[in-house]
Amino acid sequence: MIDYVASAFMLAGGVFAIIAGLGLVRLPDVLIRMHASTKVGTLSSGLILVGVALHFLDWSVTVRAVAIFLFLMLTAPIAAHMIGRAALRMGVPLYRGLRNPLDDSYTSAPLPGADRSD
Amino acid sequence: MTSGEFLSLSVELTLGMVIISVALAFFRLFRGPSLPDRVVALDMMTVAIVAFCGAAAVLYEQVAFLDVGLVLALVGFLATAALARYAERRRLRKEEEKEQP
Repeated sequence: MIDYVASAFMLAGGVFAIIAGLGLVRLPDVLIRMHASTKVGTLSSGLILVGVALHFLDWSVTVRAVAIFLFLMLTAPIAAHMIGRAALRMGVPLYRGLRNPLDDSYTSAPLPGADRSD
Repeated sequence: MTSGEFLSLSVELTLGMVIISVALAFFRLFRGPSLPDRVVALDMMTVAIVAFCGAAAVLYEQVAFLDVGLVLALVGFLATAALARYAERRRLRKEEEKEQP
């Protein structure tokens, strides 16, 4: 029984890993890409580590898995903050919405496919 | 299908999915128009490889892979922090060179 639970956690982690990779490829600028890679990537490795801890059911393994996950949770925001600050100070071009080719104006639609009415 | 077979099948599927995500991050690393894009892709690859180490620990029944993942998480954070500092300092150095020709 515990094997099925561990399998479910690991499969969910794998699906989130693919979502993070897709976000990294498809999203339009650095800061939005970081939003995909940092949060979803950390979530996917956390889910896979929960699966590992459930599979072994041993204190030494559980402590190691918790240590890895805590470390990822501590360092991911710091690393993302540093990269984001560097990107802003380097003046990397940011996404401003969809460009209208007729008058070079930008719509306020934030992302293709995003369902927002403002 | 026994639970052990299901576990090994799902672990192999998980490894495949993590490899796909590393490949997508590598595409961004190859393509990324700016330096911070590449740093973000490297950071993402490190986190994905930590997840890969966890799945490999289950697949081969080797707890030692978790130690590899722990060390990789530490080194990956250091690499990301160093690269972000480098990106910032490079801009500062360029500005100093402009001020003092």
